[in-house]
Amino acid sequence: MADTPAWKADFPIDWHDDHVVTRREFTRSLAWTSCASFLATAALAAGTIGARGPRFPETRVAGAGELPVGGAKVFVYPNDEPCVLLRLDADVFVAFLQRCTHLGCPVSYEAGRQTLECPCHEGSFRADDGTVVAGPPSRPLPRVVLQRRGGELWAVGVRP
Amino acid sequence: MSVPQGMEFFIDPSRCIGCQACYHACAECDTHPGESMIHLEYVDRETSPQTVPVVCMHCEDPACARVCPADAIKKTPDGIVQSALQSRCIGCSNCVLACPFGVPRYVARIDQMMKCDMCYDRTSAGMKPMCASVCPSGALAYGRRDEVLELRRERPADVFLFGPQAVRTRVQLMVPAGSPEVEMDVAAFMARGR
Repeated sequence: MADTPAWKADFPIDWHDDHVVTRREFTRSLAWTSCASFLATAALAAGTIGARGPRFPETRVAGAGELPVGGAKVFVYPNDEPCVLLRLDADVFVAFLQRCTHLGCPVSYEAGRQTLECPCHEGSFRADDGTVVAGPPSRPLPRVVLQRRGGELWAVGVRP
Repeated sequence: MSVPQGMEFFIDPSRCIGCQACYHACAECDTHPGESMIHLEYVDRETSPQTVPVVCMHCEDPACARVCPADAIKKTPDGIVQSALQSRCIGCSNCVLACPFGVPRYVARIDQMMKCDMCYDRTSAGMKPMCASVCPSGALAYGRRDEVLELRRERPADVFLFGPQAVRTRVQLMVPAGSPEVEMDVAAFMARGR
């Protein structure tokens, strides 16, 4: 090969030395790529359908009598994420992740307006379901799933 | 798919009767309908009716492919120099000028070069090329060397001298049995003819 001039090496005349891609070969590669993508997607889908979501720890948050109606308590769940527990009515407890879905400032409960307010950009969420009322956030606050066990409230999961 | 080993093409101009069967058979092929890749040339029309069928000689080192600036002419491992790749040919006619046998032709209608590829669609499937299958006098023959030589006095030649340059071809030209050398000095032959 050393005595082959560069122009001959660069422009080989043998069919196999050149990278000629015929239309048929190109179409075949398209078909195989398509099959491979389909199989990969199918495998991923099969894995997802049977799988469970992330498992959350079960943590005691507070006793039911600990909070007055209209009161709030900050706790951490599930991995040191600050959350806020609200008592909206005598029997109605809700909890949300405290991080605002806009830029992450902690929200605080305004019992008079029944909202969670973010001080940074005046984002506002409904206290009963966490949906956005006003301000820049586009997603609702993730909700902490609560369970009542006797006289205690337990956090058992997070629903985005 | 490739041309089976041992299958060779033989041209014997002394057997050509000028019937043009090869020319028209070539033009009937579905891969290039109406466009014949074979040239039926008169040796010296003024003095003789002798004709010569010209098909691609499929050179070992094809000048047409060497001069192609678009890298459009390729040789397959079975020694067949293919016609220009349609997507690459730019219709520059370099190959037309470079071929020592005058085989490639520029077709202005499609702005492409077209040349004989020994009916690759047929020969790679084990069939004879169109021209060889219709030639009534055996001027164009396709088959195994021993089968052809058994029936002929002539000897095959595959080296052609153009001045100092020797061109070796896959296609065999039948030369008279008494020729002292197999190589054909084309330039000297042309000079003598003048």
